[in-house]
Amino acid sequence: MADKKVTVYSTPTCPYCKRAKDYLTQKGIPFTDYNVGEDKEKAEEMIQKSKQMGVPVIVVDDDVIVGFNQAKLDSLLA
Amino acid sequence: MYELMVIGGGPAGMAASVYAARKQLKTLLVSGDTGGQINTTLGIENYLGYQFIEGPELISKFETQVGQFPIDQKIGYKVKQLKRIEGGFEAITEAGDKYQSKAVVLATGKKPRKLNVPGETELTGRGVSYCAICDGPVFTGQKVAVVGGGNSALEAVLDLVKIAEHVNLISLTPLTGDQVLSNQLKDAKNLTVFLEHQTAAIKGQELVEGIVIEDIKSGKEKELEVGGIFIEIGLVPNSDAVKGLVELNKWGEVTVTPRNETSVPGLYAAGDVTDVPEKQIIVAAGEGAKAALQAHRYLQRLTT
Repeated sequence: MADKKVTVYSTPTCPYCKRAKDYLTQKGIPFTDYNVGEDKEKAEEMIQKSKQMGVPVIVVDDDVIVGFNQAKLDSLLA
Repeated sequence: MYELMVIGGGPAGMAASVYAARKQLKTLLVSGDTGGQINTTLGIENYLGYQFIEGPELISKFETQVGQFPIDQKIGYKVKQLKRIEGGFEAITEAGDKYQSKAVVLATGKKPRKLNVPGETELTGRGVSYCAICDGPVFTGQKVAVVGGGNSALEAVLDLVKIAEHVNLISLTPLTGDQVLSNQLKDAKNLTVFLEHQTAAIKGQELVEGIVIEDIKSGKEKELEVGGIFIEIGLVPNSDAVKGLVELNKWGEVTVTPRNETSVPGLYAAGDVTDVPEKQIIVAAGEGAKAALQAHRYLQRLTT
Protein backbone atom coordinates (compact mmCIF):
# COMPACT_ATOMS: atom_id res chain seq x y z
CA MET A 1 0.00 0.00 0.00
CA ALA A 2 1.37 3.37 -0.98
CA ASP A 3 1.68 5.85 1.86
CA LYS A 4 -0.96 8.53 1.94
CA LYS A 5 0.10 12.16 1.85
CA VAL A 6 -0.99 13.87 5.03
CA THR A 7 -0.93 17.65 5.49
CA VAL A 8 -1.91 19.52 8.64
CA TYR A 9 -2.76 23.23 8.66
CA SER A 10 -2.54 24.47 12.22
CA THR A 11 -1.71 27.29 14.62
CA PRO A 12 0.78 26.96 17.47
CA THR A 13 -1.80 27.90 20.11
CA CYS A 14 -4.64 25.59 19.12
CA PRO A 15 -5.07 22.62 21.49
CA TYR A 16 -7.08 20.60 18.94
CA CYS A 17 -4.16 21.04 16.48
CA LYS A 18 -1.75 19.65 19.04
CA ARG A 19 -4.04 16.70 19.74
CA ALA A 20 -4.33 15.97 16.02
CA LYS A 21 -0.54 16.14 15.49
CA ASP A 22 0.16 14.08 18.61
CA TYR A 23 -2.31 11.48 17.37
CA LEU A 24 -0.63 11.22 13.96
CA THR A 25 2.81 11.01 15.55
CA GLN A 26 1.60 8.32 17.94
CA LYS A 27 0.31 6.28 15.00
CA GLY A 28 3.64 6.72 13.21
CA ILE A 29 2.13 8.62 10.30
CA PRO A 30 4.43 11.21 8.69
CA PHE A 31 2.83 14.56 7.89
CA THR A 32 3.68 18.06 6.74
CA ASP A 33 2.62 20.77 9.17
CA TYR A 34 1.99 24.37 8.10
CA ASN A 35 1.63 27.18 10.63
CA VAL A 36 -1.13 29.23 9.03
CA GLY A 37 -0.61 32.00 11.58
CA GLU A 38 2.73 32.79 9.93
CA ASP A 39 2.43 31.40 6.43
CA LYS A 40 -0.10 33.62 4.59
CA GLU A 41 0.15 31.57 1.39
CA LYS A 42 -0.67 28.34 3.19
CA ALA A 43 -3.49 30.06 5.09
CA GLU A 44 -5.03 30.99 1.73
CA GLU A 45 -4.53 27.43 0.51
CA MET A 46 -6.26 26.09 3.62
CA ILE A 47 -9.25 28.40 3.17
CA GLN A 48 -9.49 27.41 -0.49
CA LYS A 49 -9.37 23.69 0.25
CA SER A 50 -11.63 23.65 3.28
CA LYS A 51 -13.87 26.62 2.41
CA GLN A 52 -13.52 27.82 6.00
CA MET A 53 -11.04 29.43 8.39
CA GLY A 54 -10.99 27.20 11.47
CA VAL A 55 -8.02 25.04 12.45
CA PRO A 56 -6.87 22.33 12.35
CA VAL A 57 -7.49 21.26 8.78
CA ILE A 58 -6.11 17.84 7.90
CA VAL A 59 -5.76 16.79 4.27
CA VAL A 60 -5.32 13.08 3.55
CA ASP A 61 -4.50 12.75 -0.18
CA ASP A 62 -7.52 14.65 -1.57
CA ASP A 63 -9.84 14.35 1.40
CA VAL A 64 -10.26 17.35 3.69
CA ILE A 65 -11.14 17.07 7.38
CA VAL A 66 -12.02 20.17 9.35
CA GLY A 67 -11.20 19.85 13.05
CA PHE A 68 -9.76 16.92 14.97
CA ASN A 69 -12.26 14.23 14.05
CA GLN A 70 -10.57 11.03 15.16
CA ALA A 71 -13.18 8.68 13.70
CA LYS A 72 -13.02 10.32 10.27
CA LEU A 73 -9.24 10.52 10.35
CA ASP A 74 -9.00 6.81 11.15
CA SER A 75 -11.31 5.88 8.29
CA LEU A 76 -9.32 7.97 5.78
CA LEU A 77 -5.98 6.57 6.98
CA ALA A 78 -7.19 2.95 6.93
CA MET B 1 -27.94 -3.92 28.86
CA TYR B 2 -25.08 -2.06 30.55
CA GLU B 3 -25.20 -1.44 34.27
CA LEU B 4 -23.94 2.11 33.85
CA MET B 5 -23.73 4.46 30.94
CA VAL B 6 -21.54 7.55 31.24
CA ILE B 7 -22.53 10.22 28.74
CA GLY B 8 -19.80 12.78 28.08
CA GLY B 9 -16.02 12.46 27.88
CA GLY B 10 -14.79 15.57 29.70
CA PRO B 11 -13.18 15.45 33.16
CA ALA B 12 -16.49 14.57 34.89
CA GLY B 13 -17.28 11.69 32.51
CA MET B 14 -13.71 10.36 32.51
CA ALA B 15 -13.52 10.39 36.31
CA ALA B 16 -16.94 8.70 36.52
CA SER B 17 -15.70 6.02 34.11
CA VAL B 18 -12.61 5.31 36.21
CA TYR B 19 -14.68 5.01 39.40
CA ALA B 20 -17.32 2.85 37.69
CA ALA B 21 -14.62 0.55 36.31
CA ARG B 22 -13.03 0.19 39.74
CA LYS B 23 -16.43 -0.86 41.10
CA GLN B 24 -16.46 -3.42 38.28
CA LEU B 25 -19.67 -2.07 36.82
CA LYS B 26 -20.40 -3.11 33.25
CA THR B 27 -19.89 0.37 31.85
CA LEU B 28 -20.21 2.20 28.56
CA LEU B 29 -18.64 5.61 27.99
CA VAL B 30 -20.35 7.35 25.09
CA SER B 31 -19.32 10.83 23.96
CA GLY B 32 -18.91 13.07 20.96
CA ASP B 33 -15.30 13.71 21.93
CA THR B 34 -12.86 13.33 24.79
CA GLY B 35 -11.64 16.20 26.88
CA GLY B 36 -14.62 18.51 26.46
CA GLN B 37 -13.74 22.10 27.22
CA ILE B 38 -10.11 21.18 28.02
CA ASN B 39 -9.76 21.09 24.24
CA THR B 40 -9.94 24.86 24.18
CA THR B 41 -7.61 25.34 27.14
CA LEU B 42 -3.98 26.00 26.47
CA GLY B 43 -2.35 25.78 29.86
CA ILE B 44 -3.68 24.52 33.18
CA GLU B 45 -2.08 25.48 36.49
CA ASN B 46 -4.82 24.54 38.92
CA TYR B 47 -5.31 20.82 38.46
CA LEU B 48 -3.65 19.16 41.40
CA GLY B 49 -0.59 17.04 40.68
CA TYR B 50 0.58 19.23 37.80
CA GLN B 51 2.18 22.62 38.36
CA PHE B 52 1.56 23.27 34.69
CA ILE B 53 0.10 21.04 32.03
CA GLU B 54 -1.18 21.73 28.52
CA GLY B 55 -4.81 20.88 27.79
CA PRO B 56 -4.09 18.20 25.16
CA GLU B 57 -1.58 16.49 27.44
CA LEU B 58 -4.03 16.31 30.33
CA ILE B 59 -6.69 14.85 28.02
CA SER B 60 -4.23 12.25 26.79
CA LYS B 61 -3.44 11.29 30.39
CA PHE B 62 -7.17 10.98 31.14
CA GLU B 63 -7.59 8.78 28.04
CA THR B 64 -4.73 6.51 29.08
CA GLN B 65 -6.12 6.15 32.58
CA VAL B 66 -9.64 5.32 31.38
CA GLY B 67 -8.20 3.03 28.71
CA GLN B 68 -6.49 0.76 31.21
CA PHE B 69 -9.88 -0.42 32.50
CA PRO B 70 -12.13 -2.93 30.73
CA ILE B 71 -15.01 -0.62 29.90
CA ASP B 72 -16.60 -0.08 26.49
CA GLN B 73 -16.06 3.26 24.79
CA LYS B 74 -17.96 4.87 21.96
CA ILE B 75 -16.09 8.09 21.22
CA GLY B 76 -17.32 10.20 18.31
CA TYR B 77 -20.93 9.31 19.10
CA LYS B 78 -22.88 12.27 20.42
CA VAL B 79 -26.05 11.40 22.33
CA LYS B 80 -29.07 13.17 20.87
CA GLN B 81 -31.70 11.91 23.28
CA LEU B 82 -31.88 10.05 26.55
CA LYS B 83 -35.15 8.42 27.56
CA ARG B 84 -36.57 6.08 30.17
CA ILE B 85 -37.26 2.50 29.20
CA GLU B 86 -38.39 -0.54 31.20
CA GLY B 87 -35.66 -1.23 33.76
CA GLY B 88 -33.45 1.71 32.87
CA PHE B 89 -32.51 4.17 30.17
CA GLU B 90 -31.88 4.31 26.44
CA ALA B 91 -29.52 6.75 24.73
CA ILE B 92 -29.94 7.48 21.04
CA THR B 93 -26.95 8.95 19.22
CA GLU B 94 -27.01 11.44 16.35
CA ALA B 95 -26.03 8.56 14.07
CA GLY B 96 -29.05 6.58 15.30
CA ASP B 97 -27.26 3.99 17.48
CA LYS B 98 -29.06 2.97 20.64
CA TYR B 99 -27.51 1.95 23.97
CA GLN B 100 -29.28 0.79 27.10
CA SER B 101 -28.27 0.83 30.76
CA LYS B 102 -29.77 0.50 34.21
CA ALA B 103 -28.24 3.75 35.48
CA VAL B 104 -26.71 6.82 33.86
CA VAL B 105 -24.14 9.46 34.74
CA LEU B 106 -24.82 12.49 32.58
CA ALA B 107 -21.65 14.58 32.16
CA THR B 108 -22.18 16.42 28.89
CA GLY B 109 -20.66 19.71 29.96
CA LYS B 110 -21.12 23.06 28.34
CA LYS B 111 -20.65 24.63 24.91
CA PRO B 112 -20.08 28.21 23.74
CA ARG B 113 -23.14 30.45 23.80
CA LYS B 114 -24.25 31.81 20.45
CA LEU B 115 -25.28 35.39 19.72
CA ASN B 116 -28.28 34.28 17.66
CA VAL B 117 -27.96 37.05 15.10
CA PRO B 118 -28.39 36.88 11.32
CA GLY B 119 -25.30 35.56 9.54
CA GLU B 120 -23.81 33.83 12.58
CA THR B 121 -24.66 30.23 11.73
CA GLU B 122 -23.94 30.62 8.02
CA LEU B 123 -20.52 32.16 8.66
CA THR B 124 -19.39 29.93 11.55
CA GLY B 125 -15.96 28.67 10.58
CA ARG B 126 -15.91 31.26 7.79
CA GLY B 127 -14.62 34.02 10.02
CA VAL B 128 -16.93 33.46 13.00
CA SER B 129 -15.06 31.53 15.70
CA TYR B 130 -15.83 30.43 19.24
CA CYS B 131 -12.20 29.58 20.00
CA ALA B 132 -9.91 32.59 19.86
CA ILE B 133 -6.84 30.69 21.05
CA CYS B 134 -7.40 28.13 18.25
CA ASP B 135 -8.24 30.30 15.27
CA GLY B 136 -6.82 33.68 16.30
CA PRO B 137 -3.49 33.34 14.46
CA VAL B 138 -5.32 32.65 11.17
CA PHE B 139 -6.36 36.31 11.25
CA THR B 140 -2.84 37.75 11.55
CA GLY B 141 -2.74 41.21 9.95
CA GLN B 142 -6.52 41.46 9.61
CA LYS B 143 -9.19 43.57 11.28
CA VAL B 144 -11.17 41.55 13.79
CA ALA B 145 -13.90 41.88 16.41
CA VAL B 146 -14.30 40.22 19.79
CA VAL B 147 -17.78 40.05 21.25
CA GLY B 148 -18.07 39.81 25.04
CA GLY B 149 -16.89 41.55 28.18
CA GLY B 150 -15.74 38.78 30.52
CA ASN B 151 -12.36 37.18 31.09
CA SER B 152 -12.46 35.01 27.96
CA ALA B 153 -13.22 38.02 25.78
CA LEU B 154 -10.48 40.12 27.39
CA GLU B 155 -7.92 37.32 27.06
CA ALA B 156 -8.85 36.95 23.40
CA VAL B 157 -8.36 40.69 22.88
CA LEU B 158 -4.96 40.65 24.58
CA ASP B 159 -3.79 37.87 22.27
CA LEU B 160 -5.28 39.42 19.15
CA VAL B 161 -3.90 42.96 19.56
CA LYS B 162 -0.43 41.44 19.14
CA ILE B 163 -1.18 39.97 15.72
CA ALA B 164 -4.22 41.68 14.19
CA GLU B 165 -4.17 45.00 12.33
CA HIS B 166 -7.03 46.26 14.47
CA VAL B 167 -9.25 44.79 17.17
CA ASN B 168 -12.78 45.93 18.04
CA LEU B 169 -14.12 44.83 21.41
CA ILE B 170 -17.91 44.84 21.56
CA SER B 171 -19.56 44.41 24.94
CA LEU B 172 -23.21 44.63 25.91
CA THR B 173 -22.26 45.77 29.41
CA PRO B 174 -19.32 47.52 31.05
CA LEU B 175 -16.37 45.07 31.08
CA THR B 176 -16.90 42.38 33.69
CA GLY B 177 -13.52 40.67 33.36
CA ASP B 178 -10.75 40.91 35.95
CA GLN B 179 -9.26 44.36 36.53
CA VAL B 180 -5.76 43.01 35.87
CA LEU B 181 -6.84 42.10 32.32
CA SER B 182 -8.72 45.32 31.53
CA ASN B 183 -5.71 47.31 32.77
CA GLN B 184 -3.51 45.60 30.19
CA LEU B 185 -5.91 46.69 27.44
CA LYS B 186 -5.11 50.35 28.04
CA ASP B 187 -1.70 50.00 26.38
CA ALA B 188 -3.08 48.63 23.13
CA LYS B 189 -3.00 51.20 20.33
CA ASN B 190 -4.86 49.11 17.76
CA LEU B 191 -7.93 48.53 19.93
CA THR B 192 -11.34 50.21 19.86
CA VAL B 193 -13.74 49.38 22.69
CA PHE B 194 -17.49 49.64 22.17
CA LEU B 195 -19.25 49.35 25.53
CA GLU B 196 -23.03 48.97 25.81
CA HIS B 197 -23.21 47.91 22.19
CA GLN B 198 -24.97 44.83 20.92
CA THR B 199 -24.33 42.83 17.82
CA ALA B 200 -27.17 43.15 15.31
CA ALA B 201 -25.84 41.08 12.41
CA ILE B 202 -22.81 39.47 10.84
CA LYS B 203 -22.22 40.30 7.19
CA GLY B 204 -20.45 38.39 4.47
CA GLN B 205 -20.90 36.23 1.40
CA GLU B 206 -18.36 33.38 1.45
CA LEU B 207 -16.39 34.74 4.39
CA VAL B 208 -17.03 37.33 7.09
CA GLU B 209 -16.80 40.90 5.79
CA GLY B 210 -18.26 42.92 8.63
CA ILE B 211 -20.23 43.19 11.82
CA VAL B 212 -23.21 45.44 12.48
CA ILE B 213 -23.35 46.80 16.02
CA GLU B 214 -25.97 48.90 17.78
CA ASP B 215 -25.50 51.43 20.58
CA ILE B 216 -28.14 50.30 23.06
CA LYS B 217 -28.70 53.79 24.44
CA SER B 218 -29.13 55.68 21.18
CA GLY B 219 -30.24 52.76 18.99
CA LYS B 220 -27.70 53.91 16.37
CA GLU B 221 -26.24 51.19 14.19
CA LYS B 222 -22.83 51.09 12.59
CA GLU B 223 -21.01 48.55 10.47
CA LEU B 224 -17.39 47.67 11.16
CA GLU B 225 -15.28 46.09 8.47
CA VAL B 226 -13.73 42.90 9.92
CA GLY B 227 -12.55 39.55 8.60
CA GLY B 228 -12.81 37.64 11.86
CA ILE B 229 -15.31 37.66 14.71
CA PHE B 230 -14.59 35.91 18.00
CA ILE B 231 -17.63 35.26 20.14
CA GLU B 232 -16.79 34.94 23.83
CA ILE B 233 -20.09 35.45 25.64
CA GLY B 234 -20.06 32.51 27.98
CA LEU B 235 -21.32 28.97 27.88
CA VAL B 236 -24.58 27.06 27.83
CA PRO B 237 -25.14 23.55 29.21
CA ASN B 238 -25.44 20.60 26.85
CA SER B 239 -28.76 19.48 28.30
CA ASP B 240 -30.85 19.22 25.13
CA ALA B 241 -30.71 15.41 25.24
CA VAL B 242 -32.50 15.33 28.61
CA LYS B 243 -34.95 18.21 28.10
CA GLY B 244 -38.38 17.02 29.25
CA LEU B 245 -36.87 14.04 31.06
CA VAL B 246 -35.22 15.74 33.98
CA GLU B 247 -35.55 18.95 35.98
CA LEU B 248 -33.43 21.85 34.73
CA ASN B 249 -32.88 25.28 36.28
CA LYS B 250 -33.56 28.53 34.43
CA TRP B 251 -30.14 28.39 32.75
CA GLY B 252 -30.81 24.90 31.44
CA GLU B 253 -28.48 23.23 33.95
CA VAL B 254 -29.51 19.88 35.42
CA THR B 255 -30.34 20.39 39.08
CA VAL B 256 -28.56 17.92 41.34
CA THR B 257 -28.47 17.13 45.04
CA PRO B 258 -25.13 16.99 46.88
CA ARG B 259 -25.26 13.25 46.02
CA ASN B 260 -25.50 14.04 42.29
CA GLU B 261 -29.08 12.78 42.12
CA THR B 262 -31.34 14.36 39.51
CA SER B 263 -35.15 14.44 39.56
CA VAL B 264 -35.10 10.98 37.91
CA PRO B 265 -34.06 7.94 40.03
CA GLY B 266 -31.07 6.18 38.50
CA LEU B 267 -30.03 9.24 36.51
CA TYR B 268 -27.06 11.02 38.05
CA ALA B 269 -25.37 14.12 36.68
CA ALA B 270 -21.93 15.66 37.17
CA GLY B 271 -19.78 18.58 36.15
CA ASP B 272 -20.54 21.67 34.09
CA VAL B 273 -23.92 20.44 32.81
CA THR B 274 -25.23 20.61 36.39
CA ASP B 275 -26.00 23.47 38.73
CA VAL B 276 -22.94 22.65 40.86
CA PRO B 277 -21.27 25.90 41.91
CA GLU B 278 -17.82 26.45 40.33
CA LYS B 279 -17.06 25.13 36.88
CA GLN B 280 -13.51 23.86 37.17
CA ILE B 281 -11.68 20.77 35.87
CA ILE B 282 -10.90 19.58 39.37
CA VAL B 283 -14.49 20.15 40.54
CA ALA B 284 -15.91 18.33 37.51
CA ALA B 285 -13.58 15.37 38.10
CA GLY B 286 -14.61 15.19 41.75
CA GLU B 287 -18.29 15.40 40.87
CA GLY B 288 -17.85 12.63 38.29
CA ALA B 289 -16.32 10.39 40.95
CA LYS B 290 -19.18 11.14 43.35
CA ALA B 291 -21.83 10.47 40.72
CA ALA B 292 -20.33 7.10 39.77
CA LEU B 293 -20.15 6.01 43.41
CA GLN B 294 -23.77 7.04 43.95
CA ALA B 295 -24.81 5.18 40.81
CA HIS B 296 -23.00 2.13 42.15
CA ARG B 297 -25.01 2.34 45.41
CA TYR B 298 -28.22 2.70 43.39
CA LEU B 299 -27.37 -0.41 41.34
CA GLN B 300 -26.62 -2.35 44.52
CA ARG B 301 -30.03 -1.37 45.93
CA LEU B 302 -31.69 -2.54 42.71
CA THR B 303 -30.33 -6.05 43.12
CA THR B 304 -31.01 -6.52 46.84
